[in-house]
Amino acid sequence: MSLLSLEGVSRVYATRRGLFGTPVPVRAVDHISFSVAPGRTLGIVGESGCGKSTTGRVALGIERPSEGTVSFEGAAMPTPGTPEWRRLRARLQLVYQDPLGAMDRRLTVAAQVAEPLEIHGIGDKAERQDRVAALLRDVGLRADLAQRHPHELSGGQRQRAVLARALATDPALLVADEPVSALDVSIQAQVINMLTDLQEARGIAMLFISHDLKVVRQVSHEVAVMYLGRIVEQGDPEAIFADPLHPYSRALVSAIPVPGPRRIERIVLSGDPPNPADRPSGCAFHPRCALATASCRAEVPQLKPAADGRQVACHLVEAA
Amino acid sequence: MADPLVSIRDLRVAFHGLPALRGIDLDVAPGEAVGLVGESGCGKSVTWLAALGLLPRTAAVSGSVRLEGQELLAAAPSVLDRVRGGRIAMIFQDPASALNPVKRVGVQVAEALRLHRGMEGATAEAEVLRLFDQVGIPDAKRRIHIYPHEMSGGQNQRVMIAMALAGQPELLVADEPTTALDATIQAQILDLLRRLQQETGMALVLISHDLGVVAEMCRRVCVMYAGRIVEEAPSGELFAHPRHPYTQGLLAALPDMVGPRRRLEAIPGGVPEPWNMPPGCAFAPRCGHATPACDAGMPGFVPVGPHHQAACVHVQPATVPA
Repeated sequence: MSLLSLEGVSRVYATRRGLFGTPVPVRAVDHISFSVAPGRTLGIVGESGCGKSTTGRVALGIERPSEGTVSFEGAAMPTPGTPEWRRLRARLQLVYQDPLGAMDRRLTVAAQVAEPLEIHGIGDKAERQDRVAALLRDVGLRADLAQRHPHELSGGQRQRAVLARALATDPALLVADEPVSALDVSIQAQVINMLTDLQEARGIAMLFISHDLKVVRQVSHEVAVMYLGRIVEQGDPEAIFADPLHPYSRALVSAIPVPGPRRIERIVLSGDPPNPADRPSGCAFHPRCALATASCRAEVPQLKPAADGRQVACHLVEAA
Repeated sequence: MADPLVSIRDLRVAFHGLPALRGIDLDVAPGEAVGLVGESGCGKSVTWLAALGLLPRTAAVSGSVRLEGQELLAAAPSVLDRVRGGRIAMIFQDPASALNPVKRVGVQVAEALRLHRGMEGATAEAEVLRLFDQVGIPDAKRRIHIYPHEMSGGQNQRVMIAMALAGQPELLVADEPTTALDATIQAQILDLLRRLQQETGMALVLISHDLGVVAEMCRRVCVMYAGRIVEEAPSGELFAHPRHPYTQGLLAALPDMVGPRRRLEAIPGGVPEPWNMPPGCAFAPRCGHATPACDAGMPGFVPVGPHHQAACVHVQPATVPA
């Protein structure tokens, strides 16, 4: 059974154009559905403004979907702010890109890792101390760093501390939004290995959101490619990154610079991704797509099963 | 190599007595593309800020930076003013903060034309339009009148590149030019830089943390660690046969896009703090091959192949054909 499931979820924001303009609805996330099983990782890739972070916030229950349903462990996600929602916080945790912004600069690492235990009333003081020490050990932080403040740690150490805090309540789901993007390559590898080890040891499910396809490929069991609020391709990361079927995924994968020979010929897209407030008709990708036909301009393609069990939302990809 | 355009010798920089650059030797030939890779704090940006006299006064700079024989390090401000933005231009990671937010983008590019080529009025405007066209900004006639916040990050970077080209530089130093951009936009900008380099014949120094970007853009790559160049090689050779343990470590730590997934080989520990530099090789504390010999002194370059050298006491020198 799936741990987290999103069914036809949209998130609409109202933005105003100019000071006196009329509000324009912006569909940051548009009819997306997916599920994550316990202990598995779904990677979400896409560029700025594609709705990947909004998806993460909706999945966590921090934001209510405008349409569709989010369910966690088979039950509907409670309304934010209610006592049920608060109780559920311990089961769902978030880690994001900037660990310094996520930490309280006046508190020591140990105090911050202990905080969720205090909030959720887990253990007594001595038990909490033991637990904090164990958590810091799990994320590979030396014991003497427990009494340091965030500014005394390196970027990698801070991200480990944030992770220890997220794991304190033994969550079932971790939403990791660009968790290693601010780290140098050698440190990034340390944190990625730690994440996959912790997932294996604790059976945590992950929603791993990143613009970095190489990192997503490394950690994900399944991957979803987003463009302008919609999932355009979803399936096995090996298959998608080796042979993307959607023209946007193809361009995205081909754009990744690699040391050494590349498998897919570079496709350079013209122009910028469109403004979500000004969504092109039909397939949102059609103005930048070299293959677009009349039906692409008229009709929104739905995700449908294609070869090897993956799902693709493109009129030009043969359905399986 | 032909007579170098820029020749850097034993360049050292210290901030408040703490070393940031610990002896850089680097030549850039006319028209070539050189990559500088390394992680945060390795000195890849400081090298060029120091070379162009852009560091604050608190920085202690020594060594030599010559532009076609002319020493830049102790040069008079009037000399540097002609070099910077004229013969050597630089672009940075964040174009939005490098541009003036309250001036129209066309005016900003025209300013560079006035300073470096003495162009005014209609001549300058025509040249701005040509430059916008050259860097691929569509609808240039309208775009020269808008402000940076009205453009996307990729378009702003194109404006910065147009401004850099305004002085007809012989060398463009691009410091993480695509790091803040999305992947598909990064591909556009890299394509543009490659095309401009061919069109203008300028040399390019590309500073990046991204080994992939450097591999695709540069013939020759220098890997930096803790204020020194530790390996230098033609880019294909470097990525196929890295010789310095740090370069090998960086490549092993990078997830692949193709082939079977493997556990990443992380480099243990972190970069040494400037106040706590190891006595010899700065990488020794993190290196799997380290022996007491590594602490004996800073390893010099060992030639390991054609145009390929590594600063490690454990690499075997190769006989290099002359």
